[in-house]
Amino acid sequence: MPSSAVTASGQPGPVSNDQTFGAYARGLWSRLLAGQSGVLPVILGVILIGIIFQSQNPRFLSPENLVNLLVQGSVFMLIGMGQVFVLLLGEIDLSLGFVAGIGATVMVLLVTYAFGWPWWAAILAALAVTAAIGAVQGTLITRLRLPSFVVTLAGLLGLQGVMIQLLGTGGTIPVPDEMINNLANGTLTPMMGWILTAAAIAVYAVVTIVRHLRRHRSGLVTPPAGLTALKILAAIVAGVTLVVICNVDRGSVRFPFNGMPWVIPIVFGVLVMWSLLLGRTRFGRYIYAIGGNAEAARRAGISLPRIRTMAFVLAGMTAGIGGIIYASRLRSISTSFDGGTIVLYVVATAVIVGTSLFGGRGHPLHAVLGGVVIAAIVNGMALLGLPAAIQLMATAVVLLAAITVDVVIRRRGETTR
Amino acid sequence: MANTETEGVEPLLRLRGIKKHFGAVEALAGVDLDVPAGQVTALLGDNGAGKSVLVKSIAGIHEPDDGEIFWQGQRVRVPSPRASAALGIEVVYQDLALCDNLDVVQNMFLGRERLSGGLLDEDEMERAAAKTLAGLSVTTLRSIRAPVASLSGGQRQSIAVAKAVMWNSKLVILDEPTAALGVAQTKQVLELVRRLADQGLAVIMISHNLNDVFAVADRVAILHLGHMVGEGKASEFDPQRVVELMTTGRSTRQPAAPEALSQATVYSGELGKD
Repeated sequence: MPSSAVTASGQPGPVSNDQTFGAYARGLWSRLLAGQSGVLPVILGVILIGIIFQSQNPRFLSPENLVNLLVQGSVFMLIGMGQVFVLLLGEIDLSLGFVAGIGATVMVLLVTYAFGWPWWAAILAALAVTAAIGAVQGTLITRLRLPSFVVTLAGLLGLQGVMIQLLGTGGTIPVPDEMINNLANGTLTPMMGWILTAAAIAVYAVVTIVRHLRRHRSGLVTPPAGLTALKILAAIVAGVTLVVICNVDRGSVRFPFNGMPWVIPIVFGVLVMWSLLLGRTRFGRYIYAIGGNAEAARRAGISLPRIRTMAFVLAGMTAGIGGIIYASRLRSISTSFDGGTIVLYVVATAVIVGTSLFGGRGHPLHAVLGGVVIAAIVNGMALLGLPAAIQLMATAVVLLAAITVDVVIRRRGETTR
Repeated sequence: MANTETEGVEPLLRLRGIKKHFGAVEALAGVDLDVPAGQVTALLGDNGAGKSVLVKSIAGIHEPDDGEIFWQGQRVRVPSPRASAALGIEVVYQDLALCDNLDVVQNMFLGRERLSGGLLDEDEMERAAAKTLAGLSVTTLRSIRAPVASLSGGQRQSIAVAKAVMWNSKLVILDEPTAALGVAQTKQVLELVRRLADQGLAVIMISHNLNDVFAVADRVAILHLGHMVGEGKASEFDPQRVVELMTTGRSTRQPAAPEALSQATVYSGELGKD
């Protein structure tokens, strides 16, 4: 509550405080110049990548390839959403690749005939194990104040060893459970795709409209009503486009094959859940606060070790989901799983879209969009038949270009101190 | 050096004989201080005079070895920052403790967020923050949803002060609030300090800048090597006497005559000081 001394002259704002479109556009433009460009540059980048590859190979933007690309990127997106929690604190978790590998291994082992667990129990156990790994590493980092880089580097090495140990001499274990294989390979019926998408858009529309009306009624600065309508329209267009692309027959004449892959709602669900957690709860606010200024957070009475450890737990668990999808996509898990490379790609996905390595800035959406970018580049260059050497160098250039644009734009917006 | 200038009214905060040792070092050697509500008390002293130690004793960061603290006439102990905040004491440290990546509203409510249904109640917090800022006439902000990173030094200081007064605080302690600011921003912050006192809060302002002190302070308290060597109405001091007390602990000068004051108080006319 404001102190009573202050309320005497404190005036609530005028009854209606709606911005006009012009005012909103000017505000948006000044935010862009100030470096708060959000995800706009990346969306432009994706369009540019699309144009380049499409002009070289018309199959790039075919529905078949686009769906394939999303599925390819899903593992990066999921592990990346875990990494965002840690990056927001200004820490890094190099072990997440092999944490995902451990999650996949635990799940696959438990559903094999030796154990014979049902698919859901195996998944829960895998997530519990990955969360526990996060808890152990997080505790070492926050309670003993060890640097996260070193602790998780040890995790990267040690967990690869554990994974090889668990997989045994054979080195490859196939997934005998259809349900688990379907997570990445299964598709919804076209009708189900429509229903789910319509439901998601409806929820988004209702939430957006309610929030707009509430702000409008309480006299807070409200973006123009037309913008709210525009946002909902954009969501509808995006949703319909996605379903139409997914529902095009991408099989052969003899084996028609269409529908939205299960991974799309899975990634979307995790994205919504973590966005809510980070954006709308105290826990999320404290993650950002610690990343922005840990001393200020401490003085505000926030328990730093608790929040930090929790972030590592969530990172491990989210990486576990990514590992499960990985095993599902390959219908097996093997010692050839390269968690070291995966984790570096995962850091790249988040950073390309604007998550800071120094903490305080980032969003799970960055990991998802970054996953699209990385998958598009890898997929596009594979379509063009470029050798691996060129692919790696080109990926590096894109990463450097993205981070340069991000840093240069953003630096303009901060006042020098 | 107790004084009797509070005109019989019990001051909000009264310190008597505060002592603090760090090993063999005597940081505070029995300090008395009165901090009345509705007035700005400037706390002055050279480096090592004991200003920070005194403030930290009030803020609960370390408890004095000896001496008494009276809050609204009641003897109290302040063993922790939490106890200090519970009394209604807020400290704005020199480094401000703001999160650059959070916006103004988020910073003002950090650690004390309001919830509705388990989720953050952003609208309610935005309203309350806007009200507090309007009450303090902090009006130069483009948007209270702008991240603090985009604000000027004076605006940051204002936000830190507003954050401190939001919680029913009765005493606000400001540590060198104008140290890093330019002329215009200094004026802006001093006006804010004046407004806090005018709204009935007690303010302690630590400062090195005598211009600032004479611009807003109602009372002056000068520490020298852990001793309170001068305390009283600002009108009884002039800058030269203050400097002598700060550096040597003694002054040969007589209390300033009222005429001498007009030269010392640079901003007083603009600030509408009583």
